[in-house]
Amino acid sequence: MNDMNWTLSFERLLAAADVTVETLPPPSNNILLWQFSASDWQKLAEQARSYGLRWSAGWAIQEDNVFWVHALFEKQGIYLLTRSIIDYAKPELPSQSTVYPAANRSERHTQDMFGIKFTDHPDNRPWTRHKAWDRHDYPLRKDFAVQGRPEVITPPDTEYAFVKSYGAGTYEIPVGPVHAGIIEPGHFRFQAVGELILNLEERLGYVHKGVEKIAEGRNPEALARLAGRVSGDTTVGHCWAACMAMERAAKVDIPPRAALIRGILAERERIANHLGDIGAICNDVAFVFGQMQFTRLRENWLRTQAGIFGHRLLMDCVIPGGVKSDISAADCDAVKHDISRLRKELSDIITALDLNSSLEDRLYTAGYLSEDMAAAYGTVGYVGRASGQDFDVRRDAAYAPYDRVTVKVAMETQGDIASRLWIRYKEIMVSMKLIERFLGLLEPGDIVANWQVPEAGSLGLGIIDGWRGEIVSFVRFGADNLIDRFYPRDPSQLNWPALEKLVLNNIVPDFPVCNKSLNGSYSGNDL
Amino acid sequence: MLRLFKKILTTGIVTENIKPVSRTEQGREDELERMGVEVKRLIDRKFAGSIAIRQVDAGSCNGCELEIHALNNPYYDIERFGIHFVASPRHADVLLVTGPVSRHMQAALLRTYQATPDPKWVVAVGDCAACGGEFGESYACCGAVSNVIPVDAVISGCPPTPLALMKGVLGMIKR
Repeated sequence: MNDMNWTLSFERLLAAADVTVETLPPPSNNILLWQFSASDWQKLAEQARSYGLRWSAGWAIQEDNVFWVHALFEKQGIYLLTRSIIDYAKPELPSQSTVYPAANRSERHTQDMFGIKFTDHPDNRPWTRHKAWDRHDYPLRKDFAVQGRPEVITPPDTEYAFVKSYGAGTYEIPVGPVHAGIIEPGHFRFQAVGELILNLEERLGYVHKGVEKIAEGRNPEALARLAGRVSGDTTVGHCWAACMAMERAAKVDIPPRAALIRGILAERERIANHLGDIGAICNDVAFVFGQMQFTRLRENWLRTQAGIFGHRLLMDCVIPGGVKSDISAADCDAVKHDISRLRKELSDIITALDLNSSLEDRLYTAGYLSEDMAAAYGTVGYVGRASGQDFDVRRDAAYAPYDRVTVKVAMETQGDIASRLWIRYKEIMVSMKLIERFLGLLEPGDIVANWQVPEAGSLGLGIIDGWRGEIVSFVRFGADNLIDRFYPRDPSQLNWPALEKLVLNNIVPDFPVCNKSLNGSYSGNDL
Repeated sequence: MLRLFKKILTTGIVTENIKPVSRTEQGREDELERMGVEVKRLIDRKFAGSIAIRQVDAGSCNGCELEIHALNNPYYDIERFGIHFVASPRHADVLLVTGPVSRHMQAALLRTYQATPDPKWVVAVGDCAACGGEFGESYACCGAVSNVIPVDAVISGCPPTPLALMKGVLGMIKR
């Protein structure tokens, strides 16, 4: 791991390119905050790109008569937060998505929610906004009331200009928002010829619930509850990231025991979801044996969670300052027993999966995502790691309790559905070891730190590795311990665009398994 | 292939029995047994053996969907009671609706409801569907499902456990 050196040489590089950097006090430990003039915003992106920085997240906040627009970059586990201030009366900023495709939808979200215009944006169609609010209303501006002015029945958005295909023999398949399975809503527009997918366009935003707006004015406990429902399958991940952001803003250190329990919760969540996903991938290629076995293992796993932590999906177990409940010695034994049982079961089932030729036939080479494409979109988590993107917050920007253990990051390089299946299996194995390490490190102690009311205007960033990958949570406090701004960036936001690419040259009937192998969160994306 | 069959055989049947009532397993397992028998009896009588459910996510965080999924795992195996999930509202007797209905899903939910043939029942699943939950009513959410379409039964919980879902469906059939 390099030290902070790259930021110094990057600063020199910017100076050489005539970009002025104003260094501000860091919002969280180890995260630098640099301010740029609006005219340099795109040049910053160009330099960052040439220097090999990964674009991680972007969001805005309103402060009186100005907007602060943020972009978060990362290289070698070191994060750099950049900001530009633009005027309320003329909210315009050069787009960074010409340089970073990953910034595309994020900027469109900011455009819909704040009315900030990103000049030279390659695609200025709305993204999050359908018809629930007027195109000249911007929900995250301070003068927009949380109730809005909705119509009795919000009409469907029929004006969205999908890409069209022309030519003999090509046709279109619209799918969704209500899908055939028990799955979240979103719209997929295929252009196909015969069975072959020529193009896929995603249209999300159907489950936009106004998370960012309704977060405003909440106290820390209420924000933690909301964060736990940004995406139900990542309840520990989002709740932890939001709590970490609030704790950093309030300068609260959580007790070591609380950090270890959070680690156990997060790794259990990872295993539960990976078990479900492997089963679901098997199901999508009609390999019912796999699905039944893995849903059985998942159910065993969830029942243990209900017994120990009081909730099958571990909702509300992470609270600001620590965790809700302690675990007893008997609970630790139950967790260990659970792990040894799962290891034994997996050794049987995985061998059966590995030797199955019909599974091999469907999963290998299907849904291929090249390393270049994975890097261009900044994909994270198992999607990135199955295509050679060697990054894991737990190892590269370690936070408690991962700073006390060695995290081995599972990698695959083939980039197909099989890679994304095997990487989940490898991650399960790693997570089980991590849980055992955390149990070994547990020592008696507090599980919640005393809360300190942060000063108005305190900023905090929480960055953790959820089961889908890097989660970024940004919090800004107002007066009286109340939240002024909350922005959670789910890893799905970076992974979703990769689906449009990896389905190309696959057949339409393979779309469900391609989609499942990526398993983006609709709710976490739409907010 | 032999390994596969061996695993199937050694796993055996984990589905929690509906009859006879076991003496060893207490609590929720017993409850599932009793309930299952009752549900099956009612479905046989009122729905000629089976009811078809169409699940509609109208803004949920996906927590409820995970638990609805669990109904199909080998422990609960809800199909044995004659309850199965279908891919189209046109095939459904019951709509299982989750979420604080997001305004972007309002029209889609209404259309799904209209596409479901009469007689039909709507079950609102989860706290958000019941009352708006953590999200409530806002510029983005209509809140409870009953604010958008008529609701016949409510299953609360965040998310409701598979057992609570079973109970809720039973409650709906009993009405």
